[in-house]
Amino acid sequence: MANEIDDINTKPAEEKQPTMEVQHISKRFPGVIALDDVSLQFFPGETHAVVGENGAGKSTLMKIMSGAYTPDSGTMYLGGEKVSFSHPQQAQLKGVAIIYQEFNLLPERTVAHNIFLARESSHLGTLNIQKMNKDAVEVLKELGVEKMILPTALVSSLSVAEQQLVEIAKAISFKAKVLIMDEPTAALTYTEVDLLVNLISRLKQKGMSVIFISHRLREVFDIAEKITVLKDGKLIKTVVKKDVTPSDVVYLMVGRTLDHYFPPLGTPEDFGEVVLKVSNASNQILSDINFELRRGEVLGVAGLQGSGRTELAQSLFGVMPFKTGNMELHGKAIAVKNPAKAIKNRMGFVTEDRKSEGLAPRQPIRDNMLLTVRSVQFLFSLILKDGIRKSRNLVPMLGEQVDIRTDSFDREVQFLSGGNQQKVVLAKWLASDADVFFFDEPTRGIDVESKAGIHDMIRALTKRGIAVLMISSELPEIIGMSDRILVMADHRIAGELPARSSEQEIMLMAIGHASDKITELTAAVGEN
Amino acid sequence: MTTTTATESWFKRTSRSIHIPPVYIFLIVTFLVSGLLDQILSDGQILTNPAIMLNIIVRSVALGIVAVGQTMVIIGASIDLSVAYTISITAVMSSYIMLGDPAKVPIAIPAVFGIGVIIGLANGLIITKLKVNPFIATLGVSLIIKGIINATFSNYTGSVPKSFEYFGYGTIGSIPVSIIIMLFVFLVGWFILARTKFGAHLYGVGGNAEVARLSGVRTDRVVIGAHILCSLTAVLSGLFLVSQMRSGAPWVGPNGLYDLNSIATTVIGGTALSGGKGGVWGTLAGVLIFGILDTTFNQLGVNPYLKMVLRGAIIILAVASYTIRSKKEAA
Amino acid sequence: MTTSTITSQGKFLNTLRNLWGWIKKIPPVYPVFFIIFIVLGFLNPVKYQSMNGLMTFLRTASPLAVLAVGEMFVLAIGGFDLTVGAIVTFVVLVSSKLLANDPANAFSTIMIMLGFGVLIGLVNGLVVSYLKVPSFITTLGMMLLVRGGALYYVGGAPQGYLTDNWRAFGRNYIENVILFERVPYALILLIVLGIVSYVFFHRSNYGKQLLAIGDNVRASQLSGVRVRLIRVITFILCAVFAIIGGIMIGGYGGVNVTIGEGLEMQAIAACVVGGVLLGGGKGSVLNVIFGAFTLQAIVNLLNMLGLPKPYTDVVQGLIIIGAVAYVGLSSQKKK
Repeated sequence: MANEIDDINTKPAEEKQPTMEVQHISKRFPGVIALDDVSLQFFPGETHAVVGENGAGKSTLMKIMSGAYTPDSGTMYLGGEKVSFSHPQQAQLKGVAIIYQEFNLLPERTVAHNIFLARESSHLGTLNIQKMNKDAVEVLKELGVEKMILPTALVSSLSVAEQQLVEIAKAISFKAKVLIMDEPTAALTYTEVDLLVNLISRLKQKGMSVIFISHRLREVFDIAEKITVLKDGKLIKTVVKKDVTPSDVVYLMVGRTLDHYFPPLGTPEDFGEVVLKVSNASNQILSDINFELRRGEVLGVAGLQGSGRTELAQSLFGVMPFKTGNMELHGKAIAVKNPAKAIKNRMGFVTEDRKSEGLAPRQPIRDNMLLTVRSVQFLFSLILKDGIRKSRNLVPMLGEQVDIRTDSFDREVQFLSGGNQQKVVLAKWLASDADVFFFDEPTRGIDVESKAGIHDMIRALTKRGIAVLMISSELPEIIGMSDRILVMADHRIAGELPARSSEQEIMLMAIGHASDKITELTAAVGEN
Repeated sequence: MTTTTATESWFKRTSRSIHIPPVYIFLIVTFLVSGLLDQILSDGQILTNPAIMLNIIVRSVALGIVAVGQTMVIIGASIDLSVAYTISITAVMSSYIMLGDPAKVPIAIPAVFGIGVIIGLANGLIITKLKVNPFIATLGVSLIIKGIINATFSNYTGSVPKSFEYFGYGTIGSIPVSIIIMLFVFLVGWFILARTKFGAHLYGVGGNAEVARLSGVRTDRVVIGAHILCSLTAVLSGLFLVSQMRSGAPWVGPNGLYDLNSIATTVIGGTALSGGKGGVWGTLAGVLIFGILDTTFNQLGVNPYLKMVLRGAIIILAVASYTIRSKKEAA
Repeated sequence: MTTSTITSQGKFLNTLRNLWGWIKKIPPVYPVFFIIFIVLGFLNPVKYQSMNGLMTFLRTASPLAVLAVGEMFVLAIGGFDLTVGAIVTFVVLVSSKLLANDPANAFSTIMIMLGFGVLIGLVNGLVVSYLKVPSFITTLGMMLLVRGGALYYVGGAPQGYLTDNWRAFGRNYIENVILFERVPYALILLIVLGIVSYVFFHRSNYGKQLLAIGDNVRASQLSGVRVRLIRVITFILCAVFAIIGGIMIGGYGGVNVTIGEGLEMQAIAACVVGGVLLGGGKGSVLNVIFGAFTLQAIVNLLNMLGLPKPYTDVVQGLIIIGAVAYVGLSSQKKK
């Protein structure tokens, strides 16, 4: 059905000149091709959504367009004129403004100061605060929010939605012709989203070209006229909203051949008793968490960015403990209030960001591997040259288990490749004798060969009876590795799917609803 | 519908923008408690004798002036530990050049301010270009200044002409000149921070250097500028001290703990060590609090060495009262 | 069956290449020290080219080395300890009163001093860990507290002299030793403490966790490391080493009020010269000891060249800034 949808990129050129155009943009980072020959046009007075899975290239494209990255190849045009940016400020001055999910604001300064930072109206170095405030009001008026937000208000006193408005006001003050927004609705309530939608219409009427990245198809369909789907760095299609349904878009977003080998899934004989049981657990971010984790299985946790997956692992491991609800480990009720307790209960956490949370970069491989073992041993026990007393062989044994490629275990981990670094982190937890492992993006940023190695290791763990909870943004990884799949959305568990579910099924559950329920949901929200 | 007159709306606007830092409550409490202790344990002059109260403020002038500069540097997320020796070198050099001769004053003053600019510039460049941690950079510079002073002078040097003592002892009416000058420095400091482009950029750099940089602020220049201003306030403090002492000695700066005290009073006043927020008026309260404590110790006849102990404890507790709330691990 | 294709000439070149690679890895502090020491030897052969002279030098340099090693522990965990100079002042002044000019009190005095070391370190560690005051400011404040406390206790002036037995650690030698002629007690104390530190820092559980904390606090916490406990122990260790260093300095120099001033900066300088990273995560006992020796040698050299004492402060300030900048900029280049 999707093939019947017209790809407007193949239609004859529209009469209007595009405000911004990118042609044959490519960008690669070590080990991954972020963008592959992407060409798009953005027109004035139009809202254009860019969608795709995590890692499809949306962020990279936006960063290139706003001057934060430079493309490896390709050209950009603004109002017909060729441009290239080496610094975000250049893009800003030319009228391309970007608003990131984490706002670029100074919380302790006023709205006016934030809008005009580095461009303050002044005379001989002295600020003209009255004029600044007046100019701020003018800008806020263009957005229609001058009654809601005072120029003298401290940004820290504003709500998230209001802060976003300040960011947009900042963009307007640069006379932006192109406004790029990264997940603009992620932190907003339904009413705030409606306000944003009105605001965007206002901006469109003034001829602005609005581009935004979003995972929330409901809002994409509310706001955008055009939708571009990216996948694995390539442009799949650009469609006109009124010609498609959300399921069509989802189909375009996912669906690929499985070219990556995964070890066979577990069989029912492998799965044992319930090791970890969580009921009705919540804290300041998550609500209503209920699930079970069994011996010998891989429980995959899927969901969009911001759905609460990492927070789930952090809560289980005691970094951000649950405030209500129950947790049972091996049948016994426990409360994991901090990581040390989690480790005592033989849990291990291979975090998402190994560089900032998993490794001590200037310490040798050996010492990183042994950190969890050492932290529970007697503080002043002595160490012989090759490692912990009685465990002289532990390090090489671990190294072999995780298949680390290195000439010496005394090398500082900061010099290892991403794949090897991740293996060191894995070894650290293996050494701690954990029997419940939480993995958060275990193969992110790792080359294909090491990826396969790590997948084999995870399966090997389960064969030994270890229970694994694996969070991943890569759908192939979820489908290839999970014996069961938990899907999270909006900081709760949206549902559970069996092994080998399709990417579409997972994606739809992650987006928040099955395809044919969209109209129902829109109607229901309208009543709020 | 009522129409507001121009003055009414100006009043409304200014009163909304004046917020009194909470530290002033602390100041009042300190004053009352000290006064009480003084009543009970001594001759109760703090609360009864206006001369003593005035004296408290005069004693605070030297610290007050340099604290303004330190506040600016801390707002910029940096710190300056070289102010004590900058004060010393100012005191010594100025009285050395003046040698009691009023004609030399117009030579001495630009000379010491010039030295201040060099010190501030050195601090700023080492921090921004050599990327050395501000604690270490300014401590290293202070060592260098200390060496230079001690290599050239070992005791009281030269003297200050009578005319110059006006700074330290003169009065306009019944108000000491020193207090007027201190208030003037605070006003200038406030003006720079709240009403100039530089000040706005300084808050930006201290609050989030990356955001500032992305917006086009020249972060290096702002930090260097703040350090130069701080050193200049230290020079002014030094000139005040030497006009009071009539002659400069190398130990003037460190003995008065101007480095630590200026930091502590800034922090008590509500300026965060991490930068980006705060202001000089809170620092003024902090300075007055320290002045009251100092006078109280004197009134109660506290042993000068015990005073050192108490000062150390107060400095730590003053900073702790703010940092204890932070969630990050300290190093 | 393989035929060797490496000729004897090739082997020789290979060995040279390996040797050069090994030479490049030698920390700069060693060549710098030896060069300065050789220059000293030229300028004053009597003092620096004799075994006697070498031992005298080591007697003077050992206390600084002890302080520097203690400081290294705190630097490696990512903090600073600026109380060490004040602690030395404390030891010398308070001991002069406690001893009451009676050698019989020496033992108890030393025990009391060590107790104070533990107390001071404990306070430093607790304030940083629980009140979250940065160690720079905490130890600057404590520096006042400790020095003030010492001056208060002795009423501003030394209350007696330091007995000979108490001074033995810093002043005396073991005579008639083969080869070395006479060995200062200070050096022996340094060697003992050096071995102990080496074991604690490089070869114990505690040391490895310390380095992990200095390198990445977050990762350490997530790995179950008891960060606060280890931090407190580290500050205690540094303070105790400072006490011992103080006993050695008092032994060598006798009592005076200004003793100890500026020693914290010298200790930090010795560490920086010895390659310690100021952000934490790296350190080496032996390198730091030689860093202290180098600093002492520089001071002696400047004295010999006729430069009055204050200039050593200037040089020290320049060394600290220079060494930190050098390390900081070169690690940036690596990235």
